[in-house]
Amino acid sequence: MSSDNVRFVDFKSDKQPTWCPGCGDFGTMNGMMKALAQTGNTPDDTFVVAGIGCSGKIGTYMHSYALHGVHGRALPVGTGVKMANPDLEVMVAGGDGDGYSIGAGHFVHAVRRNVDMTYVVMDNRIYGLTKGQFSPTSREDFETSTSPDGTHQQPINPLALAMAAGGSFIAQSFSSDAQRHAEIVQKAVEHDGFGFVNVFSPCVTFNDVDTYDYFRDSLVDVGDSDHDPTDYDAAKEKILDRETEYQGVLYQDESSTPYNELEGATENMADIEESPPEEAMDLVREFY
Amino acid sequence: MTEDLNWAVGGEAGDGIDSTGKIFAQALSRAGRHVFTSKDFASRIRGGYTAYKVRTSVDRVESVVDRLDILIALTERTVEENMDELHDDSIIIFDGERSMMSDFEAPGEMFGLDVPLKRLAEDAGGAIMRNIVALGAACEVSEFPIENLDESLEKRFGNKGESIVANNKEAARLGQEYVQEEYDLSTPYELETTDNDYVLLNGDEAIGMGAIAAGCRFYAGYPITPATDVMTYLKGRIERFGGNVVQAEDELSAINMALGAARAGARSMTATSGPGIDLMAETFGLIATSETPLVIADVMRSGPSTGMPTKQEQGDLNMALYGGHGEIPRFVLAPSSVSECFWKTVEAFNLAEQYQTPVYVLSDLAMAVTEQTFPPEVFDMDDVEIDRGKVVDEDSIEEWQDESGHFKPHAITDDGVSPRAFPGTEEGAHMSTGLEHDELGRRTESTDMRIEQVDKRNRKVETAREQEDLSPREFGNEDSDNLVVSWGSNEGALREAIDLLEEDDVDIRVLSVPYLFPRPDLTEEFERAEDVVVVECNATGQFADVLEHDTLQRVQRVNKYNGVRFKADELAGELKEALGIVDEAEVQA
Repeated sequence: MSSDNVRFVDFKSDKQPTWCPGCGDFGTMNGMMKALAQTGNTPDDTFVVAGIGCSGKIGTYMHSYALHGVHGRALPVGTGVKMANPDLEVMVAGGDGDGYSIGAGHFVHAVRRNVDMTYVVMDNRIYGLTKGQFSPTSREDFETSTSPDGTHQQPINPLALAMAAGGSFIAQSFSSDAQRHAEIVQKAVEHDGFGFVNVFSPCVTFNDVDTYDYFRDSLVDVGDSDHDPTDYDAAKEKILDRETEYQGVLYQDESSTPYNELEGATENMADIEESPPEEAMDLVREFY
Repeated sequence: MTEDLNWAVGGEAGDGIDSTGKIFAQALSRAGRHVFTSKDFASRIRGGYTAYKVRTSVDRVESVVDRLDILIALTERTVEENMDELHDDSIIIFDGERSMMSDFEAPGEMFGLDVPLKRLAEDAGGAIMRNIVALGAACEVSEFPIENLDESLEKRFGNKGESIVANNKEAARLGQEYVQEEYDLSTPYELETTDNDYVLLNGDEAIGMGAIAAGCRFYAGYPITPATDVMTYLKGRIERFGGNVVQAEDELSAINMALGAARAGARSMTATSGPGIDLMAETFGLIATSETPLVIADVMRSGPSTGMPTKQEQGDLNMALYGGHGEIPRFVLAPSSVSECFWKTVEAFNLAEQYQTPVYVLSDLAMAVTEQTFPPEVFDMDDVEIDRGKVVDEDSIEEWQDESGHFKPHAITDDGVSPRAFPGTEEGAHMSTGLEHDELGRRTESTDMRIEQVDKRNRKVETAREQEDLSPREFGNEDSDNLVVSWGSNEGALREAIDLLEEDDVDIRVLSVPYLFPRPDLTEEFERAEDVVVVECNATGQFADVLEHDTLQRVQRVNKYNGVRFKADELAGELKEALGIVDEAEVQA
């Protein structure tokens, strides 16, 4: 398949998603596929990595090279894929539990490592697949099966976490605002480095607080002109704003160099000869 | 054995013990002598007892023994720690001007060689070189030509400038001259040089070198004793061959990075020790289910938990054989020497890709920190063959597509091995998952497909039993009724124990088993023997259990689990006891 005639449906598999009707993940995934198609990628040169949970199913519904891994470890897998073959477009998908709870450590380190890949978090502020427990982004007073009187824990601010870790591309979108969401993910794909997008992807079954209506009414778009994403202080102010949640590219450092490039991982490592090269004997000579 | 000399330098961590030992070991190796080194060290950066021991001979040496001939003691504790190995002809080099050694008197008949190491070092340009002064003194008492130290010093200090190298050479000369002038020594030791050509390396370095030779291009790891040297070896070298090393944030990340790289088509590996293997266990199952080729080196140390991180043990066998939830086909290889660390790693990469499974290389601390000499031909890269298994390309992929043109990465095959398409291959796009899946890699809960896929994966083990030569390495007296079975790093001590037992008219036949899973069937070998003894460094006899289960026969066990590998002479004694051979000398006593 040449990259000229790729359409977003080419990234769709023939498996019907088992997400609940109305789930925000449909829109999140469509935006990802659209972003991949619009940036000229093909299913054969794209690698999608996902962990566990509703978000983890995405590899089944998309058509590309993909790995559905273990809970919370999608980012390290994506890192390995990109280091081994930088020609691949690597997209990592996860949920708020996958990315900010069990995988929180990997998140911070993937951000600071700045490998050239895109990380899309389907943030519904609840554990859906295990049927309704609070997640790291759930509000402090959120009542769930495991928090009948509220969580009594501050929610994580993923954007702030990314900023603290030195993120080079920090964005937020809303799965239902289809056009804008696809556009933001596309910018993340185009970003030369770790493109992080937190996507509000409502859970219609278990979360009656962070609903479509809630985001529709409260989310403020930073727009393309009002906010300068290269202005660190402006980005910081919006990201740390406790009153308002924003969508759009909050921060982008266009001058950052991806880790894989800094490390000189520029060749496809799958290509090896049938026997060691001549220079391999130098390895032995070093031990004289 | 001719001129078999045991030498050690000991002091506190931070005293430069390691580099001193290494300089001497390298000098011996360059002088054409065989070397076998070992280390005593504690889990701390400064202070505490630490020692570097060198056994050297013109003949090949494959183990440590219970004897110490020359000891450079920077602290009194060094002497106490080694008292059992010192004997009447031992020479202890110490600095009587150093406050902590000022009252030191060599015990028994031993000879205390008092050399003002610090003062002479200062004369040569700095107190830091006192160990080099001691090396000069050691050369004199062992009649080892001091010129051989020079190249070693150049290698060690060359990047610090010519004057540093010159100062160190001077320090060594001052040590040598001091002994010449102050002592009228006649010692039983004489370290002859030869024209032999050797390289000197340790097990971790050999694993790293084997990985590069085998075409490994990606390594992810997290520092842990005693596996870290694999990573430090690869970093800075693998890049020359187009590869990369990532120091991950933890072991979970490391193995998942390695998995990602392997899925992308790279030959990929990680190395760790027992605690790290525990953390990797979940992903180990994913590797097997997604049929991803991956090499995992477990450089074992004493467990469980943090155990004794700087001590040796072969305690992870059960974990390697059975670790992970569910049932997982795998390979478990156990190299038995430093050179085997190289070759088994090479083989591990081929097996991983031919069978699309995880492959364990079970090394241990004893090999990781042991430096051993080899003729360089032992690592002849021309003998390394790379077999990537069933990889499909654009032309051959059609054969492996279903009616709708989807690639089948988990196609049911007779040998259990499916085709592999590297990402980027046209029409090869597919998903892999740890969920049970169909031939396309898509999740299934079909009871029939579950059985087909489980059977397919397990068939790899049967295929390997048919296709691979899994036989053990055999040595000793092949007609002996006394069968000794072992795995891993015990082999060297066993090879030497044979000679020692022969002196007492005891013969043994030894099988050293490098393939722990799938492994050879030893039932017939066991039936032929009168006595079977299984030798291993763990408390419960994990391999002995496995062999009893395989063969339905009871075995004798020789186990060691104090943190130190078997010594040849000690092992000979233990074997005699296990075989019920009573030592006449002991009876008389």
